Amino acid sequence: MVIAPLDRKLLRDLWRLRGQALAIALIVASGVSVLVMSLSAMQALSDSSAAYYERYRFGDVFASLKRAPLRLREELEALDGVQFADLRVVQYAILDMETVRAPVMGRLVSLPRSGDPVLNGVVLRSGRLPDPLRPFEVVVGEPFAEAHGLGPGDRFAALLNGRRQMLEVAGVGLSPEFVYAIGPGALMPDATHYGIIWIGRDALAAAYGLEGAFNDVSLALRPGHPASAVLPALDELLASYGGIGAYGREDQPSHWFLSNEIEQLRTLATILPAIFLGVAAFLTNMVLARLVFIERSEIGLLKAFGYSRGSVIRHYAKLVLVLSCIGLLIGWATGFWLGHWMTGVYGQLFRFPELIFAPHPNVYLLSALVSVGTSLIGVLGAARYAGGLPPAEAMRPPAPPVFRHSRWTPARLVAWLDQPTRIIFRQVLRKPMRSLFTSLGLAASVALLVISLQWMDALDYMLEQFFVDQQRQDATIGFVEAKPLRVVQEAGRLPGVLAVEPVRVVAARFEAGHRSRREALIGMPADAGLTVLRDRDDRRVRVPEAGILMSDMLADVLGVGVGDQVRIQVLEGRRRVLELPVAAVFRTSIGMSAYMNLDELNRVLGEAHTTSMLQLAVDPDHIESLLARLKQLGAIGSVTLKSAATDMFDQTIGETMLVMVFFYLAFACTMAFGMVYNNMRIALSERGRELATLRVLGFTPAEVSYMLFGEAALLILIALPLGCLGGLGLALLMAASFETELFRVPVAISAATYGWAVLIALGAAVPSILLVQRRLSRLDMIGVLKTRE
Amino acid sequence: MPKPAVLCGRALTRVYQTGTVTIQALRGVDVELFQGELVVLVGASGSGKSTLLNILGGLDRPTSGEVLFQGRPLGATEAEITRFRRDHVGFVFQFYNLIASLTAEENVALVTEIARDPLTPAAALELVGLGDRLRAFPSELSGGEQQRVAIARAIAKQPDILLCDEPTGALDSATGVRVLKALEQVNRELGTTTALITHNRSIESMADRVLRFADGRIESVIENATRVAPEALQW
Ligand SMILES: Nc1ncnc2c1ncn2[C@@H]1O[C@H](COP(=O)(O)OP(=O)(O)OP(=O)(O)O)[C@@H](O)[C@H]1O
Ligand SMILES: [Mg+2]
Repeated sequence: MVIAPLDRKLLRDLWRLRGQALAIALIVASGVSVLVMSLSAMQALSDSSAAYYERYRFGDVFASLKRAPLRLREELEALDGVQFADLRVVQYAILDMETVRAPVMGRLVSLPRSGDPVLNGVVLRSGRLPDPLRPFEVVVGEPFAEAHGLGPGDRFAALLNGRRQMLEVAGVGLSPEFVYAIGPGALMPDATHYGIIWIGRDALAAAYGLEGAFNDVSLALRPGHPASAVLPALDELLASYGGIGAYGREDQPSHWFLSNEIEQLRTLATILPAIFLGVAAFLTNMVLARLVFIERSEIGLLKAFGYSRGSVIRHYAKLVLVLSCIGLLIGWATGFWLGHWMTGVYGQLFRFPELIFAPHPNVYLLSALVSVGTSLIGVLGAARYAGGLPPAEAMRPPAPPVFRHSRWTPARLVAWLDQPTRIIFRQVLRKPMRSLFTSLGLAASVALLVISLQWMDALDYMLEQFFVDQQRQDATIGFVEAKPLRVVQEAGRLPGVLAVEPVRVVAARFEAGHRSRREALIGMPADAGLTVLRDRDDRRVRVPEAGILMSDMLADVLGVGVGDQVRIQVLEGRRRVLELPVAAVFRTSIGMSAYMNLDELNRVLGEAHTTSMLQLAVDPDHIESLLARLKQLGAIGSVTLKSAATDMFDQTIGETMLVMVFFYLAFACTMAFGMVYNNMRIALSERGRELATLRVLGFTPAEVSYMLFGEAALLILIALPLGCLGGLGLALLMAASFETELFRVPVAISAATYGWAVLIALGAAVPSILLVQRRLSRLDMIGVLKTRE
Repeated sequence: MPKPAVLCGRALTRVYQTGTVTIQALRGVDVELFQGELVVLVGASGSGKSTLLNILGGLDRPTSGEVLFQGRPLGATEAEITRFRRDHVGFVFQFYNLIASLTAEENVALVTEIARDPLTPAAALELVGLGDRLRAFPSELSGGEQQRVAIARAIAKQPDILLCDEPTGALDSATGVRVLKALEQVNRELGTTTALITHNRSIESMADRVLRFADGRIESVIENATRVAPEALQW
């Protein structure tokens, strides 16, 4: 095969520029792998959930209620758009697990007498479904089974409606309903303290006095009927049975978390790759522009020989195509691998019977299109310039750079600087645009370092704000049903309890204008000290006598501010509708709650003084005896320890975050290195002649290095503060787009983070300096002087 | 009375090994440069003149043989050789190799700042007739003026030896004469030992001695009884 001379030149150029080529390819690869990783993980999650939902009949509409007779089924299935209904008994109960000191909460879900549930099927992972003849056989959720080492044949105790009952594990299972098994009021799935238990409906109904009745319904809808069309009729039907507002799939907790996560991945797949690929395009452009400039006489020669403008442009476009294809391949490979890993991480958080990791070809196509496209855009200017050069002009040496005695270099300053430093400054000022762009490129990599590292700050800040400042209780006790306020005194007598505060939580729908949102309305005493809320100026705000104290996230969702009226439809009890003003807004990054005065809440609900939750401050020395005592109390629905919640947060989010941060750091370092290395190499090839001359004149290698690296150092110096600023900007941008309905990612970048970003960027410059230094020490003095510039 | 040799090359050879091809650029050259003299090196292209000059100036190392400066070997380390170039040698090349980002004066100052006992940049430029162009950047100077800045830069540190490789190669005759005048003046007034490579036969007559090169050896040495002034050279 005969290789055309131009292609041979291409191969030689590539080989000659291999260091720089690799650096560019790696930057392209970083962008591509973030893209492929995020997109493929996103697809894996949505593919897996779609298949799972379909196969195990995930319900379309959900509602819980106090109690309704089973014969209501006919009316339910007669509702317009409803295909069929699955009626269940669902209860929360305290479980006494020997392996855990705290009481564990179980969600008991009834199974039909025989066969699989019509909706929300159970996937058996081991064992079998309970034997109808053995009422206390159960299927336990897989994460819970793993956390407690349970398998078929194992037994544990539960308090069913206050009565201690041994349950025997018949099987271990999963359900599309609990892909993300999060306990009520929890922020994270915590398999140690919360588990799903499927149990025969007869036993469960008997334990809670619900024979012949149900308190939970799932509906399958006919195709083409949106949930929103069915909800009002369903609410109306269930109202007289104590219904607590029906909701569609979008509001089903597990699905809601899952789709939020998928949404976040989508954001991740947009912003970061955009930055990486943008920088890669910029770099290729810069490298190529300078390469073309250095090669202009050869280009002139080629054109004088009769090569067309098009073929010259094609030549350089090919060079870039090869570079970006190498980057693309590396990016595909690492992106695939990372996506697989990330999907595995999600598999720990979101439980699927089977994770489908099969990235669609469009993921690869898209990344190819984007990366090759940006590279080609990057090369466009340089190649057009090369192609447009008239041969005669190209073969002449470039017009000598014009230096002027500019006002930028006042005589005093010039006199004060030594010659090498003066050379550095003039070099930078000679091409201010290029220096600026180089600095901007470097700043981009510093900015990436900052946003990679700031996740940890954000997390720390969020935890500190929420768990230390805002939520000062050590434990929370939830009741199955609202209790009279005297339980506060009773709880105060429990061992180790230092303070008790009652809280009443009711499900409600908040409406303002055409916006609405289902959220908890929390009643809290005016003098509450265990929940500390602050406004945007960090001043403490207390629950007002009248009106609502609303979280800023909810206020934003509803588009309301202090003084605005909000319509609150209570979804429990007598289903009152309240018209209340927003009295104050408090700042939070977790949750969307709204508070009001407890007495006032009880009054407007027309109920006696009741509470549904107790917040406890506990003496840490007595926590064990308190927990042991709580395990025996029947009327309690749940006990949540703050320490367990923070541990869980650290374990899951913290660890995953650490690994993610590590990957982003690796990418950002690659970019910083690629940027610095390319710049120095280009500077070396442009200024080799000058530096060789200086060596001839008797300057030592160290002095010559100073002149070369001094320029780089100056540009880096400019880039560092720019990069820190850029990082802050990007963090704000990402925070804005990352905002989910659960979290508002705060931007709280610590000084240490900027410090680390700067140090890492400087560290990434070290290998470039060493590599270039090696070339510098081999500078060919004679060869350079033999030729004209 | 023979003047003492400032720089002296003994049995110098230089072999270039490129791939499988071996080129003998120098095949055993003995040469001495005496205090204050002006030597012209001539010879066919490829005969080894530049190679010798580079070796004598410490830009290149011989394959065998040694270079003595004031009777002592140049030294083996990069640092010692850099030191030698810095303190004792001035170079002028066919291409001026000025630093584009520095003015004429600053280009000269580049060297005077690291030299032991330099002329002031202004004095050096005065010597080559550019006393009024101190603040000009290279791009604002003609080729001959740039070459004279290069000469000023080479001589400003008052080197013991000035090595010039075809300094007039890129210049027209009138400009070439101005450059040669500058070189001759420096040689005469500062007593700088000067070696000069040229392809221009007429320049031979301004030398004290002419070394004729052929095929990597010094073929013959001609001593001129009198030196012709550059202005009087016939191009
Ligand atoms: N770097 C190199 N690699 C290989 N061969 C070289 C190299 N430099 C010089 N040569 C060879 O060494 C020989 C002497 O070269 P040199 O440059 O000394 O010649 P010259 O006499 O200065 O010629 P000219 O008058 O053309 O400048 C030539 O044959 C040349 O090809
Ligand atoms: Mg030569």
